Amino acid sequence: MTKPEKLIENGIRLDGRKPDELRPIKIKVGVLNRADGSCYFEFGGNKVIAAVYGPREVHPRHMQKSTSAVVRYRYNMASFSVEERKRPGPDRRSIEVSKVSREALEPVIFQEYFPRSAIDIFVEVLQADAGTRTAGINAASIALADAGIPMKSLVSACAAGKIDDTVVLDLNKDEDNYGQADMPIAMTPEGNITLLQMDGHLTRDEFGEAFELAKNGCKAIYELQRAALMEKYASQMEGDVIE
Amino acid sequence: MEMDKKLVIPGDFLSDDAKQADEGTYVENGKVFSSVFGIASLKDRIRVVPLSGKYIPRAGDMVIGVIKEIAFSNWIVDIRSPYEGLLHISEFPRRIESADMPKYLNIGESIMTLVRDVDANMKVELTLNDQRLRPVKEGRVIEVTPSKVPRLIGRGGSMIAMLKNETGCNIFIGQNGRVWITGKDKGMDLAARAILKIERETHISGLTDRITRFLKEEKGGKPKEKEPEKEEPEKIETAPAEQEEKQEEETEPLPAEEEKVKEHKPGGILDELLGNGK
Repeated sequence: MTKPEKLIENGIRLDGRKPDELRPIKIKVGVLNRADGSCYFEFGGNKVIAAVYGPREVHPRHMQKSTSAVVRYRYNMASFSVEERKRPGPDRRSIEVSKVSREALEPVIFQEYFPRSAIDIFVEVLQADAGTRTAGINAASIALADAGIPMKSLVSACAAGKIDDTVVLDLNKDEDNYGQADMPIAMTPEGNITLLQMDGHLTRDEFGEAFELAKNGCKAIYELQRAALMEKYASQMEGDVIE
Repeated sequence: MEMDKKLVIPGDFLSDDAKQADEGTYVENGKVFSSVFGIASLKDRIRVVPLSGKYIPRAGDMVIGVIKEIAFSNWIVDIRSPYEGLLHISEFPRRIESADMPKYLNIGESIMTLVRDVDANMKVELTLNDQRLRPVKEGRVIEVTPSKVPRLIGRGGSMIAMLKNETGCNIFIGQNGRVWITGKDKGMDLAARAILKIERETHISGLTDRITRFLKEEKGGKPKEKEPEKEEPEKIETAPAEQEEKQEEETEPLPAEEEKVKEHKPGGILDELLGNGK
């Protein structure tokens, strides 16, 4: 795709959304049997799957901490997740995304409950459409809860940015490619920010605006995350006998 | 689900009374929040029973372990936890030589064992010096989520007593979620299915009644169509569980074995362990 003439016209974006509108989200909890906790998360064109293992023994041994669990986060894009084949394996970008995503989740995990153990989080991106790190964090936080790992709260993440001098919520691929700024954030429902990155340029005022927008996006996502977890068990609770 | 119970996720507000905070919760600014995804009960103490999670060993727990390694003077035991269990040679009911360790307990064998001590570094020390313990040599072992063990046992042991009664099996539930069933094949099948049903439905009210009904129905409706499939040694539903021991199928002395398990013969575990020694 070449750069479209306009990314936003009369307050309507290329995909028909308003500036403060999120892409559609679909969540499914417990999609993997082998993992202790798992989650499938669709965020517009992004499709990611998160698996959580642990707490479990740490290998290699020297990585273990004597007073708390180590949290390991592996973000990986499938070679078919983007238009041009992505060369498989970790690269600069995915190593960075893994690090910041881990740091976005670590503050809510009660790591000190499990000394000398590891909590492993794997996020696989099946299809990418801008905002995979936020989708991954959303999925991973649900998968952690599903694994029964003690946490202060869930973490929700979403991005805001600037296209055609307009501050908008949740950029898609074209908006990300041809827009002026992209700013992913992650936060707890109480409003503690655990991830804040920015690519591009924003004025101070625009930053404030984008930040508020992204916070509201996170709040909306939180409600969906909660609903997805509730749904896993609520459906069983209504019916009396399930055979 | 009873009125005083509800499904919560991490971070959900539970109460203003920090003194009542119990397991599965954390306190911040004098308020109690849930720390896990599970069922909160607000009666008396405020606690949340997680719907999933690993077994974290505590001193005094009876668990079922599998020998996974033999070190110089310790058996290293898998107790289905992030932390391995150490069974020191001196915790064996009889004085034995280090070189003889595999003779008494070899890799792959299962034991009922008692968590003697857990230190701050999560070094888990096990013991066999307890009359209640047995080596697991017959029957089958299935696995359930450790947080569901209390429901499986029931209030004052009511659920497990009912299960034993209805299936004619002896059932031991380790705190680590490994359940050892011994008895006749049909009884074991039924018990295993009932246990996995309990595990799936712990959070739905009226559990005991439903399980009683399930057992009655299964037993009542058996002669017609259920019989042939019941003969098969392994049912699909027991597949997720590990079948650690070779089953001594069709050998009739099982009821006698069962008696042995029930009775507290003096030196029971020792005899059985020695009997096991090749």
